[in-house]
Amino acid sequence: MKKVLTGNYAVAEAVKMAKAEFIAAYPITPQTTIVERLAEMVEKGELNAEFVRVESEHSALAAVYGASAGGLRAFTATSSHGLLYMYEMCWWVANSRLPVVMALVTRTIGPPWNIHTDHTDLLTLRDSGWILAMSENAQEAFDLTLIGFKVAEQIDLPFAVGLDGFQVSHTAEVVDIPEQSEIDRFLPERRRDKPFVIEPGNPITVGGLTANECAMMLRHDMNKDMEKVGDLVRNAGYIRDYDLVERYRLDDAEYVVIMMGAWCGDAKEAIDILRNDGVQIGMLRLRFVRPFPAEEIAKLDCRKILVVERDCSIGKGGIIATEVKSVASSPVQSVMAGLGGVDVGVEDFVSMFRGFVKGELGEWWL
Amino acid sequence: MALLEVMILSFGGQGGVTAARILAITALNEGKFAQAIPQFGAERRGALVRSFLRISDKPIRRHSSVKNPEIVAVFSEKILKIAEVKANTVIINSKQPVLENCKVFYVDASSIALELNLISAGWPIVNTAMSGAMAKVLGFSFGSLKDAIEQTFSGKLADLNVQAAKRAYEEVKEWSA
Repeated sequence: MKKVLTGNYAVAEAVKMAKAEFIAAYPITPQTTIVERLAEMVEKGELNAEFVRVESEHSALAAVYGASAGGLRAFTATSSHGLLYMYEMCWWVANSRLPVVMALVTRTIGPPWNIHTDHTDLLTLRDSGWILAMSENAQEAFDLTLIGFKVAEQIDLPFAVGLDGFQVSHTAEVVDIPEQSEIDRFLPERRRDKPFVIEPGNPITVGGLTANECAMMLRHDMNKDMEKVGDLVRNAGYIRDYDLVERYRLDDAEYVVIMMGAWCGDAKEAIDILRNDGVQIGMLRLRFVRPFPAEEIAKLDCRKILVVERDCSIGKGGIIATEVKSVASSPVQSVMAGLGGVDVGVEDFVSMFRGFVKGELGEWWL
Repeated sequence: MALLEVMILSFGGQGGVTAARILAITALNEGKFAQAIPQFGAERRGALVRSFLRISDKPIRRHSSVKNPEIVAVFSEKILKIAEVKANTVIINSKQPVLENCKVFYVDASSIALELNLISAGWPIVNTAMSGAMAKVLGFSFGSLKDAIEQTFSGKLADLNVQAAKRAYEEVKEWSA
């Protein structure tokens, strides 16, 4: 059934349909309306979950940690400064192999204070062991939340669903919502015995001091398991097919743009405009940053690649471009744009891509 | 319908954001794709707020702000003094056409809201009346709009808002230079 939903409400709907059993969160713009909506669903009895109000994001993820370790399907959501405040717990969740799902509504990290989208917050999770997905629109935010629970519980790694602050989180658009019965078939109840369950009468130790070799082995195993996530996503058996990347007009592309997030829709329209002028350009859209779609990028056979990204590693530049360069066989150019929520639309992409093709594009789109 | 872009100019508290959402639901009811985007920033009650509406026969891919709208809806005549209004078609809450060099649709949405007692903190809430005028100009059926309003409000408030929309849908007048 088609509904007009904001990205945030679409995520809340997905969490409800996933029958999440535990939610804890602390409000932060632009994430707030996800957990507001979930609180309303719990209050009205539409969702049979425990909703715990906490005093900070650190406590939110700590509560979710406990619930997930106790065997429950658990969810939280945050943005920017909230993510940074819970950062320590993000690593606890990952290293404890807990299948938590978190919506991450991307927002610029201040100061200066700013509530608009920027992908640097999401990328702070890059090395932690979380599966990192980034949606283009409300439909994908909905779908990836559901796929997130499935994949996280199969591989015992936490799953973050990224969605751009305001551009997706607060934009109402048409979302196709499946029947509950279809979701139930796709996502059965969580298995209580995986990866471990803390329960009364069966004491176990979690996260205590171990031999150094155990700590290293854990990271080794996580890295190995992360490599399996691509196949799990492709074979998830969801209503719509998903992959780590989306290939847009790539078949004969001499020029390839690599991007992620909401502005990819604008960029695809720009690609169509250049295509009408005979420029053979296409896009490889990253739906996932972790696992990094290295094979898909390595396979690109083109004249040159442009990475457009809403982030910057100070002292190195584009984070995604650095990673793309490490695997691509074609020359890679990097451009940083739209940081701090600066609006970048179809006309910008048209001139950006023309400049790229002509070799006249600088490193910053200011 | 190719992509149609609409900008709504309102004062914070007049319901511009809700109007965009109601019209997006109306468009879906008409079998179209739609997108309602509130532009967040330093908005607060009384400040100028821009919201955007996109309508198309195909899924809408872009998420950037609307820069060159075909249609601008102006929720108060006072907005003309503080914002430049440039579009082929303007839909304005006014007793008179009050604009030149474009096609103007005008409706006295404030009076409609006041007469129906759609008032909040002393202000007429004109969003549903303006939605009525906009739905008419966009060629949407009143039934699709009524359903969208009933999805947005409930009970007596839904009835009053449907009445406001109906009056504006019928009363909106066209003026061309």
